[in-house]
Amino acid sequence: MSTETQTQSHEHGMSDTGYIKIALILAAITALEVSTYYVDFGPLFMPSLMIMMVVKFVMVVSYFMHLKFDSKIFSFLFYTGLGLALFVYIVALATFKFFIA
Amino acid sequence: MAETATHTDHAADHGHHSSTGLSNNKLAMWLFLGSECLLFGGLISTYMLYRGRVQNGPHPSQIYDIPFTSVSSFVLLMSSLTMVLAVTSAQRDDDARTNLWLTITALLGATFIGGQVYEFTTFYREGLGFTTSLFSSSFYSLTGFHGVHVSVGVIMLLSTMGIIKRNKITGNKAEVVELVGLYWHFVDIVWIIIFTLIYLIPS
Repeated sequence: MSTETQTQSHEHGMSDTGYIKIALILAAITALEVSTYYVDFGPLFMPSLMIMMVVKFVMVVSYFMHLKFDSKIFSFLFYTGLGLALFVYIVALATFKFFIA
Repeated sequence: MAETATHTDHAADHGHHSSTGLSNNKLAMWLFLGSECLLFGGLISTYMLYRGRVQNGPHPSQIYDIPFTSVSSFVLLMSSLTMVLAVTSAQRDDDARTNLWLTITALLGATFIGGQVYEFTTFYREGLGFTTSLFSSSFYSLTGFHGVHVSVGVIMLLSTMGIIKRNKITGNKAEVVELVGLYWHFVDIVWIIIFTLIYLIPS
């Protein structure tokens, strides 16, 4: 690995101010999530909560865990595990829904 | 020759690197986190299936304290910020700030664990034991496993602080802090899912 690449790996990511901005956005989304408990969102309740959850998840993984700036191999390893976990969840739910219930 | 020596020095400084040019330690950590997704995927699936199975004891909506859990979630979320600030300080070779941010992260993590212990105690007093219902078993298994992960994270943070203070890290210090950070952020993203699916969405 060249010195240049090493330097890049140390400098990837964002500035401290950038991270603070991301944290503020995450805090605002969390506040919005909690507000769904007190305010009636009607039919938008479930979709809005799911979207906010996914946005928070992706922001932490992309920026705080540096996946956005790191090698695609790391993204592949992590998202493969996540995809398998979702598959397990869907299969388990489908099993109970169609075969047991 | 000199170039080869410099390259070897860098390899020693930055841990072992594979032919891919990536750190093996980091690759292993991401693989571990990918496998952890499967563990929590199974636990969350189980909870989602059993959340409505309340034969005895209180129902989820009767015992969940959303304002309290929201504060806990906020604390854990902010600990991710302090953790990433510890990583950037380590990349700048600023040991004092690295230890400061690691200490704050550990304190926030301990606060979260304290909140979970309080929550579990309150639930137990309200009649929700581990074997009360399928709901309670799956709830305590999921949140308990997450709590254990946060506790392990706090131990990792304290250990990292200890080895930095004693200057015992032989390889790349920033990478060690980054690996601990990856684990810490992972417990945070798991809680992001738990908070929405378990607490905010009623059964």
